[in-house]
Amino acid sequence: MLQLRKRPTPLGWSAPLVFVTAVVLSLAVSALLLRLQGQPAWEGLAVFFQSGFGSTWALEDTLNKAVPLFLCSLGVAVAFKLQIWNIGAEGQFALGAVGATWAALYFSFLPWFFLLPLMLLSATIAGGIWGLIPALLKLYMRANEIITTLMLNYIGILILEFLVYGSWKDRASFGFPMTPVFESGAVIARIGRTNLHYGLLLCLAIGLAMALVLAYTRFGYELKASGENPRAGRYAHIPYKKLVILVLVISGALAGWAGFVETSATLNRLQPSVMAGYGYTAIVVAWLARLNPLGIALFSFLLAGMLVGVEGMQLELQIPAAFGKIMEGLILLTVLSGQFFRNYRFARR
Amino acid sequence: MRTKSLCLLFGALILLLAAGPVSAKDLKVGFIYVTPIGDAGYSYMHDQGRQAVEAMVGVDTSYVEAVQEGPDAERVLRNMARKGFDLIFATSYGYMDSVIKVAKQFPEIIFMHFSGFKRAENVGTYFGRIYQARYLTGIAAGKMTTSNVLGYVAAYPIPEVIRGINAFTLGARSVNPEVQVRVVWTKSWYDPATEKEAAKSLIDVGADVIAQHADSPAPQEAAQESGVYSIGYNSDMSSFAPDSHLTAAIWKYQNLYRDIVKQVKNDTWKSTDIWAGLDENVVGIAPFGPMVDTETAELVTAKKEAIAAGDLQVFSGPIRDQDGELRVEKGEAMSDEELLGMTWFVENVVGTTQ
Repeated sequence: MLQLRKRPTPLGWSAPLVFVTAVVLSLAVSALLLRLQGQPAWEGLAVFFQSGFGSTWALEDTLNKAVPLFLCSLGVAVAFKLQIWNIGAEGQFALGAVGATWAALYFSFLPWFFLLPLMLLSATIAGGIWGLIPALLKLYMRANEIITTLMLNYIGILILEFLVYGSWKDRASFGFPMTPVFESGAVIARIGRTNLHYGLLLCLAIGLAMALVLAYTRFGYELKASGENPRAGRYAHIPYKKLVILVLVISGALAGWAGFVETSATLNRLQPSVMAGYGYTAIVVAWLARLNPLGIALFSFLLAGMLVGVEGMQLELQIPAAFGKIMEGLILLTVLSGQFFRNYRFARR
Repeated sequence: MRTKSLCLLFGALILLLAAGPVSAKDLKVGFIYVTPIGDAGYSYMHDQGRQAVEAMVGVDTSYVEAVQEGPDAERVLRNMARKGFDLIFATSYGYMDSVIKVAKQFPEIIFMHFSGFKRAENVGTYFGRIYQARYLTGIAAGKMTTSNVLGYVAAYPIPEVIRGINAFTLGARSVNPEVQVRVVWTKSWYDPATEKEAAKSLIDVGADVIAQHADSPAPQEAAQESGVYSIGYNSDMSSFAPDSHLTAAIWKYQNLYRDIVKQVKNDTWKSTDIWAGLDENVVGIAPFGPMVDTETAELVTAKKEAIAAGDLQVFSGPIRDQDGELRVEKGEAMSDEELLGMTWFVENVVGTTQ
């Protein structure tokens, strides 16, 4: 008989092996499903990798898609470190997009070197406020942040829709819900002759800063200590309330940045389809990466590549869009359950 | 020895190459759909058109379904262009900016954008006068209603949809001046659950014919369950609501797509704006359900012929708006520009264009 035992120490050097096994397993199941549909299995997987990661273009597309995922996920991870369950990245993303658009529409006469920082600032404030509200509700009204952040998502998205259906609607859009196209000063430029945009550098900067802050500063230490044991934190006079407010505001602001980058760099205008569910995928990414900034970068990239690669499969092999979703689900499921084996193992009785 | 085998190898290669296809390179045609193709509705009908094109000699097609109108659309279009598609059909209004952007990067590729108004050297637009078919279905609905309340589940308050609602209402009014058309917006092209709820709410306020402008047959199913009549859209939806389905305003993209592909193949394609209707058999109505009496069926068929022949204009005066203000004088008809920018409801419609 096999029995489940907790490992005395978490799996160390062989942890990547578990990850690779999980991915291979899920790909094998995907290949089998492809086969059952009467599709060439190996060719399907080859097309998948080719279109997600296999060319300069694919890498550009994947990196661009990874940018909003990374920002949202980094924000979510900071809150999760303190065991504050911020499910509200989606709404904070919406508010960030609204904040940035507000600046883009009302200060469109400014040159880019004033306008873009202003958009970033207003996205930070708007997203930050959307993080601050559940923090205050938690601290002063004892409202569970899982509920409040989730509910604020709907409110955030409705605010966005109210504006694009209402006063911000482009007169030339024939009634379609979208703002006018931004002036060029409000659009984040492409890097050189590539399709990449400077939002990527923003990610690099904030990712690096966050990794350093978490590893080397007092704030990082307090976060970790209070998160892993709130009681011990309180004994050590770590200001828990301040931390809750801080992490939720940072969390909201980062998701807000993602909203800013997505509206400015990729859409060049605000429209409801800016909401592509990054805020929810971000939670998965944060967990896959075990809240580590470098890991978040890696997993945002992999997940984005997966989303892009699946489109290639559709185009080349006419596999239904739903199959891509099945494949995503399979990979996430196996990798997440694979993490279980970091702390547990099967042993013979 | 070595040289000999190399020579043999080359010889074989040359033979292989020469034996390859002699015909000109196949035309690669790509389609991008906003919703899953499914088995009825908007993208389904576009895909029927794609299959008609696929059946042509020397044409190869592919598609990507369920592509959101936003950053994803631009990426999918760009990938199609890179992968060597010669002609790309973007089948939703919201792809407009993405099409224009990508078309600029790939001037040698031809793009056709459905229902938009932005064109370029290599971007044409195409659309159909589905409002003519809606007028006809309106006549059937106006004849068959007993409560004089017709329900209309509609996606977005944009001119295309508003025009359809108005045409439907004018058709119903032409046979039943008492009729009232109530509109509920779903604010989504494809959301079967919301569409069904919207239809139910219309039935609750007394509507006994449900028409729709969305992508799924959910409103028809709601009508079937509640025992009221319905009018389908996009495709013949009678299989989803056999007891309820009077007829449907349907698209016949096959002819349109085949013509465009032929033009591109023959190098006669030019960027234009195509807006074809009953006259060119791009739109039509589905066969009548068994509950539709012959008098109604004959009336609708007669009107259909009149429109196709150009004897009857759907939007000809006098037309009043919801506030009773005269918008189109007697003896006048609305121009295409006015139709494309229509943002107001005709009288007898209950609802707002917000």
